[in-house]
Order: sequence, then structure tokens, then C-alpha cells
Amino acid sequence: MNGFLSQDRADALRHSTAQLNTTVVAGLREIWSHKFRSLLTMLGIILGVSSLVAMSALVTGMERGATEALIAIGGLQKVRVEPADLPIEQRHLADQAVGITINDVLALQESAPLVSRLSPEMRLPATASANGRTFRPWMCSGVWPVALEMNEHVLAHGRVFNALDNEMARNVCVIGTATRDELWGAPDKVGREIVPVGETIYLNGVPFTIIGMFQHYESEQERKAREYAKLQAAQQAQQAGGVARDRGHSHGSGGRRRGNFAFYLKNATIYIPLNTMWMKFRSGISTTGFGPGFQATGGAGGATGDPRLSTLELKIPSVNLLPEALQQIRNVLMSTHRGIEDFTFRTQEEWAEQIDTFIRNARLSGGLIAGISLLVGGIGIMNIMLASISERVREIGIRKSVGAATSDIFIQILAESVVIAVLGGLLGLATSFALVQLLSDLSPTENTPVVTVMSLTIAFAFSVLVGILAGVFPAVKAARLDPIQALRYE
Amino acid sequence: MALVELRNVSKIYHLGGEEIRALDDVSLDIYEGEFISIIGPSGSGKSTLMHILGCLDSPTKGTIRLDGVMIHDASPRQLATMRNRKIGFVFQFFNLLPKLNVAQNVELPMIYSGVSGRERRQRAMTALEAVDLANRAKHRPSQLSGGQQQRAAIARALVNNPRIVFADEPTGNLDSHTGEAILRLFRKLSTEGRTIVLVTHDPEIAAVTPRRIEIRDGKIIEKADLTLAGLAKP
Repeated sequence: MNGFLSQDRADALRHSTAQLNTTVVAGLREIWSHKFRSLLTMLGIILGVSSLVAMSALVTGMERGATEALIAIGGLQKVRVEPADLPIEQRHLADQAVGITINDVLALQESAPLVSRLSPEMRLPATASANGRTFRPWMCSGVWPVALEMNEHVLAHGRVFNALDNEMARNVCVIGTATRDELWGAPDKVGREIVPVGETIYLNGVPFTIIGMFQHYESEQERKAREYAKLQAAQQAQQAGGVARDRGHSHGSGGRRRGNFAFYLKNATIYIPLNTMWMKFRSGISTTGFGPGFQATGGAGGATGDPRLSTLELKIPSVNLLPEALQQIRNVLMSTHRGIEDFTFRTQEEWAEQIDTFIRNARLSGGLIAGISLLVGGIGIMNIMLASISERVREIGIRKSVGAATSDIFIQILAESVVIAVLGGLLGLATSFALVQLLSDLSPTENTPVVTVMSLTIAFAFSVLVGILAGVFPAVKAARLDPIQALRYE
Repeated sequence: MALVELRNVSKIYHLGGEEIRALDDVSLDIYEGEFISIIGPSGSGKSTLMHILGCLDSPTKGTIRLDGVMIHDASPRQLATMRNRKIGFVFQFFNLLPKLNVAQNVELPMIYSGVSGRERRQRAMTALEAVDLANRAKHRPSQLSGGQQQRAAIARALVNNPRIVFADEPTGNLDSHTGEAILRLFRKLSTEGRTIVLVTHDPEIAAVTPRRIEIRDGKIIEKADLTLAGLAKP
């Protein structure tokens, strides 16, 4: 009896490995003999897997785009000090609030060693006009030259204003490419790059000389699209029999679009020296917010008459030091503001967190929907497996009568279900690339979907898991069939 | 020692509070190499007896020893292994799998005993040759005549070299001419030393076997002729 038992165990072990091969082949044969039915069943898994991959690709694309934009505006080490409403318990001190002034800059330079860079800024809701056109730039700011480093600006043409320009309050400015595009025309519209250095531009009616222009900022995606359009245009020109008539880039992919908003805003900039701003526009400087359309409410000067800033941007050496640096800045500012808290900090970290939350939510909801469709696919498999075993009761009886154990039948049915799911999963992975291509052609976002190996792996693993789960119940049902009744079944 | 020893075996079903004794205190010995028929009208319990002897079912009471193994309280897996190694079945309706060809059908028991693919094919061909069906190995069961299908089923029953073969009305679905051929095949196998149990309701068929057991209302009413049984012993 004992000998019988141990032999039984050893045999069972040996079979299960040797048999798996045969079982999978049998499963494939079963699927092949019901091609259309199996394909329909797989369709659920195919759609589930491909939508999971496509969703993940879209979100990853968005994430990359957002990170790119975050770096373009100065990264996480940037902190902005902005004027703010007083807290309720200090409301009665509103008339003594000094606002953020140039004094704060000097005080921070002296007393806040954790601040590595300081860039005061006065914003002007400006209307720029030149070349017979007008344009309201996103930002017209009086700044120190340090603002260029602060905001990751790179000068492409001309020069930046220097300390002397600032000291003498000269009417000079540096512009971004969007300002140029609006006033003189974009390169892909006029067919050549216009560099308006030396031209005169009127800011709220005051003439300024353009002494420099920033490079054009764009996302990786936009750059590729533009280069591709250019290449195509060149090829078309060649094919036209050597007629090298440049018709611009407009017959590429519809010309340069506005593109990623963060990059557009960065391009729509005019910088003038801080002192010039103070001297020429002191009554118009916005201290309540920024962007076009804001009117100065309190006027400049505040309670002390010191030059009042719209914002003050700071850079700290490392993100790890952020809490300490913020505390240090707060201490200094509380002292210069005589204890009145009329300022607030805005860190990119908040924005980064918002992006993070958004990405997480998008991933979660997309994953949930794709997961549900995978689940539906699994239910489809279970349904077809149940139908299949009720068709094959007699077969199961025969297999049992020639010596198939309960576990053999269980493995056979489960293997069929898993084979369907695995085939569906593989087809789904193949389909997902087509789906991603389709989505990136249709979707309005500027971010290319990015298919990651991780998402492919997860989607495939899920399809296998669904196949196993969907197969368990039918497999148990089949394995439990009584051989005598199964043999009698008609 | 007998190949099969049944001692006081009963199989009791409960149908709506009523007790039905499909087998009632049956004791029986079957010796190695015997050619034996179990005969009885439908509902007599002969099928139940065959199912219990064939490890498809377990008795309610009593003990069974098959080839030295006590199987009356064996686990389903042990019963499956017994069916696979020691028992061959031949059914009235052949019970071949329609999607597999003849050779694959014959290979089926060996799949569950873990025989390698090459050996499976070799042994299946040998078994088919023994029933004179080697030239139909690649045919589907539906392409064969009834007699050919039953020969394929016999090849499947023999392929794992079982200690005992059960044939449940093996000629019931065949014309008399083919049926006789199948019975001749069984007789030939018997002379080669196989232990064969024929289950039938037809006394004419039972007449071909040296030993007959008649069963009625779950009880054996006609004991075997012991001298014949003794002759069958090696």
C-alpha cells in the first residue's frame, strides 16, 4: 500500500511535467478547431491589453511633456515670493504693509545664505507695437540680467542689457521669439528668420530699442515635427525638378502650431532693465498678480515709497534644502516687513505635485477602465470555456476512463483558457502599437505617447492572470465530473 | 491469490428516501487469465459491478483487492492510476474521441501514464497491428466502420498492458457478423493470456466464455464453475 502511494506521487510529478507539453498542444488544437469562436473570445483580451498599453503610453507621454515643461521654466529649485492678502488677524495693518520691495532683495542678499540667486521682477501689463502691429505679450518685465539664468533663458541674437543699461534706465529690451512672430512674422510664415535686433518697439507707447532675442523654446516633440516638415519641404522642392522655390513650411504639417502652452508663454516675453521699468512705468506696475490684463491697484511705492516689486524669484542650491531655505527667507522678510505677512511663497514643487497627482489619477482611471475591459475579456473566456466543457462532457468521461486524474482534466481545461489568454495577450501587444499610433494621430495633445517595456510586461502579465482566473471555475467543474455519468452523457 | 477479490460488496443508492441496493453483498474472485462473462438483464446491477471492478466507482460496503491493492477506499487519484495502469475498457458505443485520429486515440492512456511521444507512437502502432488496424492509423473514427472502431477501442484498452479488460456490451452496437468477429478477437486475446470480463445481457454472447456469472437484483445467483476457473489458472 505504501509502495503504491509513493509510486503514485512520483509518477504524478513526472507526468505533470511531461504532460504539460501534450496538454498545451491539445489546447492549441482545440482552439484551432474553433477558429472563429476562439478569435471572438480573444478579442476581449486583445482590446483589454491594447487599451491598457495605449492608456499607459498616453499618460507616460503626458508625464514626459510635463517634466520637460517643468525643467524649461526653471526646475524645482525655484521659489517665487509674491504679494499676498494679509492673514485675517493682521487685516487691520493693511495700510502699513510695505509689499515686496527692492529692500527685501538687498536684505536677502545680506542675510539669507541659503539663497543662491535673487531675481527681482516688476511686471507691466504692456501692449507692444512695432511694424504696424500690436501684441500683448504674456510677460513684460523689468528684471536684472540674472533673470535669464533664473528662467533658463538662452540668448540667441544680440546682447543682454547690462548693469550700465540698468543704472542709466536705458530704453532697451530683449524679446522672445513669440513677440517677434506676432510683430514681424514667424519664420514658417514669411519663409525666413527675422532678427529684429536694432528695431524700435513701443511698449505702452514708449519707444524701446531691441538689443537681443532669445532662442526659440519648444518641446522635443515640436522640434521633431518642425524638422520633419522642413525635410519634407526640401524633398518636395527637389522632386519638383530643381525648381528651388521655397514656398515656406506651410505645406508640412500645417505650419508651426502654438505648441505646448508652457513653451509658448516662455516665448511670449519682453525683458527690460528693472530700473528702466521703475523710472518709466512706476505707476503701471502690477503688484497683485501677473499676466496681461492686470491693473495696478495700490500703485507703486506702498507704505514706504521704496520701489515695489511684482514678484521676487529665488533659487536655492538644492531641493533638499527647500524647507530650511523657505524658513530663512521667511525670517528675513518678516523682519523687513515689520512682522506683517503680506507675502507668500510659490514653489514649483506645488506644481510638480499637481502634475504628479494628475498623472496618478489619469493612470488610475485609465488603468481601471482597461482593467475592466480585461475583466470583461476574462468573463468571455470563462463563458466560452463553460460552453466548451458542456460540449465535451463525454470526452472528459472517456479521458477519465482511460486514467486521467482529476488534476489532469483540471490542467487541460486551465491550459486551454491560459493559451487563449496568452495568444490574446500577444495579439493585444501587437495591436497596442497600432492603437498608440492611431491615438497619437487623433489626440490633440502635443505629447507623443511613449510605450514602455514596463507597461507591455504588466499588460501581458494581467492577460495571463485573467486567463488563469477565468479558467479555474470551468476547470474545477470539468474535473469534478463523475466519470460514469460523463460516459453516459449524450 | 486471485487477481480480483470482492468480499461482501454492496452499493446502495438513496433515491427519495428509498434505499436501492444496486449490489447486495456480492463476493467474487476473478483469476488471472480468465475469460468471464457477467450476465444479467438491465437494472440487475451488472453495470454497477463492472464500474466498481473497473475503479470507476467505489462500493458502499465491502472490500475489493485488485492485483494486490485494496481499492475499496482508494482516493480518486489512486483509482485514476489503477484505471490507467491495470484496467482497459471497451464500451458499447466505442467512445473514441472524434477529433483525434485512430493512433492518437490509442495513445490516449499512455499520455496519462507519462510515456514519451516516440514510445507512445511505437506502442500504439503495435497495439493497432494486434487488432489488424495498422493501415487505418491516420483515419478519424468517423471514417471507420463500427467493427473497425471497436477494434480501435480494443487496441486502446490493451495499449497500457492492463491486468484486466472490461468489455461492456462490446457487440451491442454491431451487426451479428461483425459482433462475432469482435468476440473471436476477444477469444484470441484470452488465449494469449489476457484476463477479460464481458458484460452483457445476451446469453448467446455469454456462451462464448468458459465462466459465466449471472446477476439479478444485485445478487450473484449462478456461481462460477470452479473447475473451469481452475483450468484457466496458469
